Amino acid sequence: MTSTVRVTDVTKVYGRATAVRGASFELSQGELVALIGHNGAGKTTLMKLMLGLIRPTRGSVEVLGDNPAAGEFAGRRQLGYLPENVSFDAALTGRETQAFYARLKREPVAKALELLEIVGLGAAARQRIGTYSKGMRQRLGLAQALIGHPKVLLLDEPTTGLDPELRQTFYEVIERLAAAGATVFMSSHALTELEERAGRVIIMNHGIKVADGSIERLRNIARLPTKIRLKVAGLAPTELPSWLPSGAACRRLNGHIVEIDAAPEQKIQLLHSATAAGTSVEDLDVIPPTLDELYAHFLRQAERTP
Amino acid sequence: MNALIIARKEIHQAVRNRWVLASTLLLAGLSLSLTFLGSSPTGTVGVRALDVVIVSLSSLTIFLIPLIGLLISHDAIVGDMERGTMLLLLSYPVARWQVLLGKFIGHLAVLAFATCLGYGIAAAALIASGSRIDSDSLAAFSAMIGSSVMLGAVFVATGYLVSALVRDRGTAAGVCIGLWLLLVLIYDMALLGLLAVDQGRSISSAAVDAMLLLNPTDVYRLFNLTGFANVSTFAGMAGLAQSTTLSATILLAALLLWTVIPLGLAAFAFSRREL
Repeated sequence: MTSTVRVTDVTKVYGRATAVRGASFELSQGELVALIGHNGAGKTTLMKLMLGLIRPTRGSVEVLGDNPAAGEFAGRRQLGYLPENVSFDAALTGRETQAFYARLKREPVAKALELLEIVGLGAAARQRIGTYSKGMRQRLGLAQALIGHPKVLLLDEPTTGLDPELRQTFYEVIERLAAAGATVFMSSHALTELEERAGRVIIMNHGIKVADGSIERLRNIARLPTKIRLKVAGLAPTELPSWLPSGAACRRLNGHIVEIDAAPEQKIQLLHSATAAGTSVEDLDVIPPTLDELYAHFLRQAERTP
Repeated sequence: MNALIIARKEIHQAVRNRWVLASTLLLAGLSLSLTFLGSSPTGTVGVRALDVVIVSLSSLTIFLIPLIGLLISHDAIVGDMERGTMLLLLSYPVARWQVLLGKFIGHLAVLAFATCLGYGIAAAALIASGSRIDSDSLAAFSAMIGSSVMLGAVFVATGYLVSALVRDRGTAAGVCIGLWLLLVLIYDMALLGLLAVDQGRSISSAAVDAMLLLNPTDVYRLFNLTGFANVSTFAGMAGLAQSTTLSATILLAALLLWTVIPLGLAAFAFSRREL
């Protein structure tokens, strides 16, 4: 695993506001990394730093072996970027715009135009961008980011404005790119989508990195309870199964479902007793903590320890 | 190479937005009406019809070309930043000075096209209507078109400097209108007033020359109205033509400097900017 992006102790101050505070991490080839955090947590600033559009106040950023802010832009030829709220010159058509960006990257124009089909822009590619909807602009934004098989893809809120079908296509495309060795670094609010796809999650809060790791690892660190939902036959509305250890956190849902919060080390034992002979359990679901819950947990924890 | 790719896109956009069409029609319409209305006092059989046109057209150019130049350039940097297109463009392997140079080449090409075609039509119309035009007049007319494009370049570059320095588009437009008023109207009036008050007592002719060089529109005026003997007799500037020591080369060099310096400063300001 070769690292493609290296962020070392980076701080970025805008006037009085500190957008990023002492962030350090490395991204490697073939990784699909999700960057999550509320608005103003420093996600866009991190991407702009990686692009060299702004200079870090302290610390250093290295992308594909270059310092992006030093005017060495050879590395940018292998970089794809999709900004948040992407916009284009309204007078030109999608094809003309795509061709322009392909020329700037010294990539064959014909190949770049094929990408317009992949993102499903099709016939609209010959219309002026001024007539495009938000979703169509987003498709064009994706198409330009994919020009020339980038080694590093920086995607800022890439799936906003995309319909569910195109979201599927989008994830297929970037998963293929990641499998071929590209680093995909994307910020998003759609946590449920990321949960299945991102191999690694970085959580930012007020410019500070509060968590970094695979979802399994974050679950281990957070020690959030796993939810076990049981459908139990013949149980009175207020009654709880007799085999439940006393003091276990549990509640009743819609009258006939019992939900138990199981700490990681209790989980197996609870499942054993639930499925043991003699209980009237008819159905059972195990729901590990979602990314949403993990995110909320790490933010709460960050608020408590300033 | 990158600059040329960007220049090509700027020209493409200007054609689409009908900037090219509008400015060409404007210049052609005005130059044609000046040619035929402006020649009525001298009569249609005037031997030096083209020289009269040069005088009236260059006076028009001083108002119009700076305005067109500032209009297409004031928005170039700050406008693209506000619209968000600059963010994406700068994420590509292209240096900021290349972006600026590309825009300059593109915008200047649009301006040059409009000027050559718009003013060329006036000369062509004169020839077609049977006026006799000698080679001296033609040379002076070509020099007028060339220097008009150079004047346009000055104001395109100045517009970029404003665009690179200010925070929003509205400010850029305001500052550019102020600059236009200052350089096109106020400066000359103030200079005239100063000279009238002084009555030639303490201000030497070298000082007057220096003050004229400090305003690109005056440089342009001097170049066109005094540079060619046959034109200056019509322009009423024969007197000034004799007293000034500024040669055509110096005047052209001044116009060039007036382009290169703002353009260099704009590139510097743009490179320091964060977005």
